[in-house]
Amino acid sequence: MARCHVSTRKGLFTLERGAAGWDIARASFVGDNVTLTMHDPRSRDLIAALNHGHFGVKLHRSRDGGTTWNEIAAPKYPEKPEGYTPKMPVEGVPVVDWSLKLVWALEPGGADQPGVIWCGTLPGGLFKSADGGDSWSLNRELWDDPRREQWFGGGADQPGIHSICVDPLDSQHVKVGVSCGGVWTTRDGGTQWSLTAKGMRAAFMPPEKQYEENVQDPHMVVQCRSNPDVLWVQHHNGIFKSIDGAATWTELTGISPSAFGFAVAVDPNDADSAWFVPGISDEKRCPVDGRVVVNRTRDGGKTFETITRGLPQKHAYDLVFRHALDVGRAGRTLIFGSTTGSLWVSEDAGDSWNALSSNLPPVYAVRFEQS
Amino acid sequence: MPSVRFTRNIQRHVECPTLDVPGATLGEVLDAYFATNERARGYVLEDDGKLRKHMAVFIDGEQIGDRETLSDPVPDGAVIDVVQSLSGG
Repeated sequence: MARCHVSTRKGLFTLERGAAGWDIARASFVGDNVTLTMHDPRSRDLIAALNHGHFGVKLHRSRDGGTTWNEIAAPKYPEKPEGYTPKMPVEGVPVVDWSLKLVWALEPGGADQPGVIWCGTLPGGLFKSADGGDSWSLNRELWDDPRREQWFGGGADQPGIHSICVDPLDSQHVKVGVSCGGVWTTRDGGTQWSLTAKGMRAAFMPPEKQYEENVQDPHMVVQCRSNPDVLWVQHHNGIFKSIDGAATWTELTGISPSAFGFAVAVDPNDADSAWFVPGISDEKRCPVDGRVVVNRTRDGGKTFETITRGLPQKHAYDLVFRHALDVGRAGRTLIFGSTTGSLWVSEDAGDSWNALSSNLPPVYAVRFEQS
Repeated sequence: MPSVRFTRNIQRHVECPTLDVPGATLGEVLDAYFATNERARGYVLEDDGKLRKHMAVFIDGEQIGDRETLSDPVPDGAVIDVVQSLSGG
């Protein structure tokens, strides 16, 4: 049965596709802040990230499809070297505390790497587990790169890794998206990293710094499963696309009603098809004219169509966070959730939408179980 | 020996019974406590050993002064309360 996990401010809600359609089949961690949930297609484990605020960030794992959960180790930052003083980042304040603030990305390694899980965090550490989440280690190569100290927070006070793309054809080839620090690529499983954000533009910087790669704020980076050289980015001030494995990026312009947003999904079987949920701008993070719409391209970004069928078109102020839109493996089913607790599903590749709920807590992440 | 008591709120996540443990500073006392209950450490302290921002510790009813290195002295027989700050309304 098709399933989808919706992580929210007040719990984890698991959707199932029954004969009558999608519905909420289970609520877990009710009352707790679940920021992200990962399904591992190799082991069928689920890992949920909880942020208890007072008590910190924890990970829980289920090995029975979500019936029971056990707390597992959370990524732990190493001790700072004696006398270490961080350099000032481009903006904001340096990362003084080497301490986990948020789990912002969880991604299974390749099919040939059972047990490998990548984890992106605030304040900017990339962690890896080789044992299904029993233990984690910080990727020192990326963390110790002096350019990492230049990263700075976007919406948060500290920088963070929110996107991890493991190349389906080569699991040593991994890309991470950083707010704010561009896109980084390793071809050898994490020993050597290169900054791969050439062509991105940061409108929020002074003119002479706008094309610096390490200041870019990609809100979300996604990779096409069947054509991994194609990546799409919903950026802080626009939409960017790469067709050469992130070597270069092209900005797509003239997008109505707006090119601002957080979420993006790409069709696993068609690199030219991608979906976005736009907002007005970074200063006004709500839908244009109070109308929730989905922007879709089917020609690689040459044109976009604005889809409204089934979505509220009057006084709707739903914002969709970066992890809160997902597409199923067949590229037909999409689900997205909003800050005001609405959840919509499409089973026709985004042509039309149905509301599954208008009463959920604020939605942080929507993830299908991918087989 | 000092005695360490934990807020009720934390018990939902990790059981933290009141225990008498040795130590002359807060850091020593908490280390001794967490040696018996490692999972609780991450609920009270940050990765770098500082007291979490929204936690508070009292020694015989007096709020501690050093949240970073936990150097406050602990008299023998003192009662240490680990509570969550009232924050967020």
